[in-house]
Amino acid sequence: MIDKQFPSVAEAVADIPDGATVMVGGFGASGSPIELIHALIDHGPTGLTVINNNTGNGEVGLAALIGNGQVSKMICSFPRSSQSKVFPELYKEGRIELELVPQGTLAERIRVAGAGIPAFYTPTTVGTVLAEGKETREFDGRAYVMEPWLKADFALIKCEAADPLGNLTYNKTARNFSPLMCMAATTTIVQTKKLVARGEIDPEHVITPGIFVNRIVEVPDPVHEDTLIAAGSREVCAPGPRIHLSH
Amino acid sequence: MPQGREFIYHTENGMLGMGPPPAEEDRDLDLMNAGKKYVTAVPGAAYFHHADSFSMIRGGHIDVCVLGTMQVAANGDIANWSTGAPGAIPAVGGAMDLVQGVKHIYVITQHTTKTGDPKLVEACSYPLTGPGVVSRIYTDLAVVDVTAEGFRVVELAPGITFEEVESKTGAPIMPPE
Repeated sequence: MIDKQFPSVAEAVADIPDGATVMVGGFGASGSPIELIHALIDHGPTGLTVINNNTGNGEVGLAALIGNGQVSKMICSFPRSSQSKVFPELYKEGRIELELVPQGTLAERIRVAGAGIPAFYTPTTVGTVLAEGKETREFDGRAYVMEPWLKADFALIKCEAADPLGNLTYNKTARNFSPLMCMAATTTIVQTKKLVARGEIDPEHVITPGIFVNRIVEVPDPVHEDTLIAAGSREVCAPGPRIHLSH
Repeated sequence: MPQGREFIYHTENGMLGMGPPPAEEDRDLDLMNAGKKYVTAVPGAAYFHHADSFSMIRGGHIDVCVLGTMQVAANGDIANWSTGAPGAIPAVGGAMDLVQGVKHIYVITQHTTKTGDPKLVEACSYPLTGPGVVSRIYTDLAVVDVTAEGFRVVELAPGITFEEVESKTGAPIMPPE
């Protein structure tokens, strides 16, 4: 019987090498796979290209991975927010590269990569500096910009429930980019709040079919980025949550 | 909202039927809007992933989008994502998708910048979010339409004269019809 369970977040990320391209699910704090990210920090690969809508908040999660000097390039739509400070500092010092992609184009580039479509045309960015140097073409009298697929070696994903086959459900707006990233990565690693038996997820309710998932780790009580930031956390270590607070 | 009319709010990050913010003790950490603020879901709400969310936006399924702006031009050009200044961190989010895909793009803004410079201009000096997409502007001084002939005041705020609006607008503007 197929069983994609891994015993720990540390073992689930242990083969992510230097220079890997890693998609990280989540939109701001919701859906961010904090425990998997901190396992990646402990594991320590460098020169990573990371794909996420944002660049993390405070000094936990994705911001901690960036702050630890492991990320050489971010691909995202919105690299700053009220609580993001790690990326802006490194960017201003020229120590991290940024590829800015409009949010809908980012989602679609990831989706088509999973769907086996190498490029698509979109009206987004037409007439702006973000379209410069890109192929444009007219369809029915309107201009469109060609955008290529966006693949990754690994995806780090947080979900609500998973079964051993990797069928997933999410919770509310924590879903965001995750189902797309599961499709687009060579190896998709999922932390799930609940691990359930086969058949416990109604097939009508499966959001990500297990065919897109490679590894599952149960993290029953995941920490949340906003809670950590409110508590003044600087570091969370895996396997966890072993939380170090600095007040 | 006028009584008897129903509006359904879409949030970029995957929900139709967004409701008002919850009391702090009722927050659900997995229920945020695109501004990363905690929100609620109204009865009949739906959740979906980002590709579906931007299919709704880009595919012309959403009627109205209201945006803030740095500049808006008399031909409907909008610039609201970057000053283009060296060292500035550009952040576009979903703005370029919204202006190309939503049927009606409205702008809500102060009429001038904090230093008194006009935000309604002949041509945007900042990098564009999209060309010729804005149809209406709501400011603290007036409601202004973008027409084929340029800006036209539709309505003045109480106590505001057309001459004041004209003097604070960086392009020719026509009085109400």
